[in-house]
Amino acid sequence: MTYRPQKPPLPETTEELRARIPGWGVDLDPADRPSVPQEVFDPGAYGARWEFPERQPELLPRERSIEHAFLTPVFGTSAPLKGFSGAVRRYAYRRFSEGRAAHWLLLVAGDRLDVLESTVGSYASKHPDNPFAETGVRAEFTHHGVRSRLGRGRADVKHAWMDPVVVGGPWLAAGAGLAVGATALVRRLGRGN
Amino acid sequence: MRAMVYRGPYRVRVEEKDRPRIEHPNDAIVRVTLAAICGSDLHLYHGLMPDTRVGMTFGHEFIGVVEEVGGSVQSVKPGDRVMVPFNISCGSCFYCARGMLANCHNVNPNATAVGGIYGYSHTTGGYDGGQAEYVRVPFADVGPTLIPDWMHDEDAVLLTDATATGYFGAQLGDIREGDVVVVFGAGPVGLVAAQSAWLMGAGRVIVVDHLDYRLEKARTFAHAETVDFTEHDDVVVHLKRITDHLGADVAIDAVGAEADGNLRQHVAAAKLKLQGGSAVALNWAIDSVRKGATISVMGAYGPIPNSVKFGDAMNKGLTLRMNQCPVKRQWPRLFEHVRNGHLTPRDLVTHRIPLEHIAEGYHIFSSKLDECIKPLVVPNAA
Ligand SMILES: NC(=O)c1ccc[n+]([C@@H]2O[C@H](COP(=O)([O-])OP(=O)(O)OC[C@H]3O[C@@H](n4cnc5c(N)ncnc54)[C@H](O)[C@@H]3O)[C@@H](O)[C@H]2O)c1
Ligand SMILES: [Zn+2]
Ligand SMILES: [Zn+2]
Repeated sequence: MTYRPQKPPLPETTEELRARIPGWGVDLDPADRPSVPQEVFDPGAYGARWEFPERQPELLPRERSIEHAFLTPVFGTSAPLKGFSGAVRRYAYRRFSEGRAAHWLLLVAGDRLDVLESTVGSYASKHPDNPFAETGVRAEFTHHGVRSRLGRGRADVKHAWMDPVVVGGPWLAAGAGLAVGATALVRRLGRGN
Repeated sequence: MRAMVYRGPYRVRVEEKDRPRIEHPNDAIVRVTLAAICGSDLHLYHGLMPDTRVGMTFGHEFIGVVEEVGGSVQSVKPGDRVMVPFNISCGSCFYCARGMLANCHNVNPNATAVGGIYGYSHTTGGYDGGQAEYVRVPFADVGPTLIPDWMHDEDAVLLTDATATGYFGAQLGDIREGDVVVVFGAGPVGLVAAQSAWLMGAGRVIVVDHLDYRLEKARTFAHAETVDFTEHDDVVVHLKRITDHLGADVAIDAVGAEADGNLRQHVAAAKLKLQGGSAVALNWAIDSVRKGATISVMGAYGPIPNSVKFGDAMNKGLTLRMNQCPVKRQWPRLFEHVRNGHLTPRDLVTHRIPLEHIAEGYHIFSSKLDECIKPLVVPNAA
């Protein structure tokens, strides 16, 4: 044990383990482990027939980390920047490196704005958001919501009630903002009389 | 085409989207036949990963049939059945040339700290993912691999992430014969890590979680001992007690950013997004292992700082190893393990969800309803 030189004995011998567990020890030799060591220089190993790939055309201005020397030759084109959230995200990329908290905090702010903009925008589109359907909470009734949680000692039951707040938060915030604004407006109009 | 689309935290739906196009001569378009939802997708789904945009299609674990290829593609052709690693890799940058396929420098303009991943926010490159009928696969000569005839589709899809990652996690633990290995998290990644630890010669494997049905799976699927952390006032002390007060030789964090077990940390990270993830499981690992131990971190954390107990790690002389899994590098050996029955990925599948029911699928997996371990997604055109 810890206070003496020898390792504590194991409950099972190697023979017992080998008999009980399929494949026990087949990768004992590190040479059989594909990621040992992490770096093995072999530029031909993975199918590239180029030293530097051809460049994907940049059809829309593509934001990038300022820690990169240039736009990478290949990049994703999902959900290009747009709206107010797009402006915040573009600024985060242009102004701050990945090493700065501001970079990430602005991106997080951009995410929240995007959700607000997109949700509000959806009501003016042919495909309005439906929070009930989109949260999939219907599964609570079809897939044993109660039986899966109650009386099973799950640690997450303590905070699951917060999830609706996280989902509804932007609406509550927007609603509260509207209410405060409206109250102030009403007061001001009232004083004007 | 029909595709899963992110609408905001805890909200996803299926939309009609344009079919992806060839955007680079080494692209392929793949018609997805089977996809999966990964524990990593939950971090996006909960709004934890910076620059997750409304309208993005998630999904980085998928297999399919090549539909179309760009002009320079030589190794696959239309009609081929392929499995696609979750990493996007160019095959030729400094990192790819050294086998670090998860850390490619040519595919993610948004961040230098991360490689490219399908459907995993703009922080990993802004690519749409495979929870859809079709997906754009860049570097078709590097990533996709033909599915061997003998392989079951459900094994193939899990080899594109969860299985490869669990196996890789055990490797980073640098396990030696007779080592005591503690795995935190009995999700798909942790369960495979536990199974793999035996292949590397572990003498004892202990899996920690709080979900009874997953711990049961750890006992049957991974032949492991289990610890339900809610049954112990202090799980670190319990782990010391069951290891003769020495602590484990190796710990594997297969939990990541949304670890439970400490309400303050969990709420600050997972609910309020004030740190890049709750480090509860990682800190339990740091405090419970023996001095000189190795900790392998497979759990994903965000780029915002975390409260990790670094001082303890230093004083104990620990080795911390971690990375995204370079999937393709694992495959030759993993194919043998699956073929010989040493690893049994598809035993983890509990749910097969039609793409049209994606919202329920995410809710079930996120809320761990209905004994869910691994949900697959079946696109309509499959
Ligand atoms: N490194 C990589 O390449 C890579 C690849 C895939 C997944 N991942 C990451 O691995 C992690 C696990 O993925 P998964 O698909 O198995 O997810 P999962 O959500 O199914 O599993 C996580 C498990 O951890 C348990 N858990 C929560 N708090 C815990 C704690 N304090 N101690 C012990 N267990 C705790 C949960 O109950 C759950 O069973 C995620 O963070 C995911 O992002 C990393
Ligand atoms: Zn994953
Ligand atoms: Zn590369």
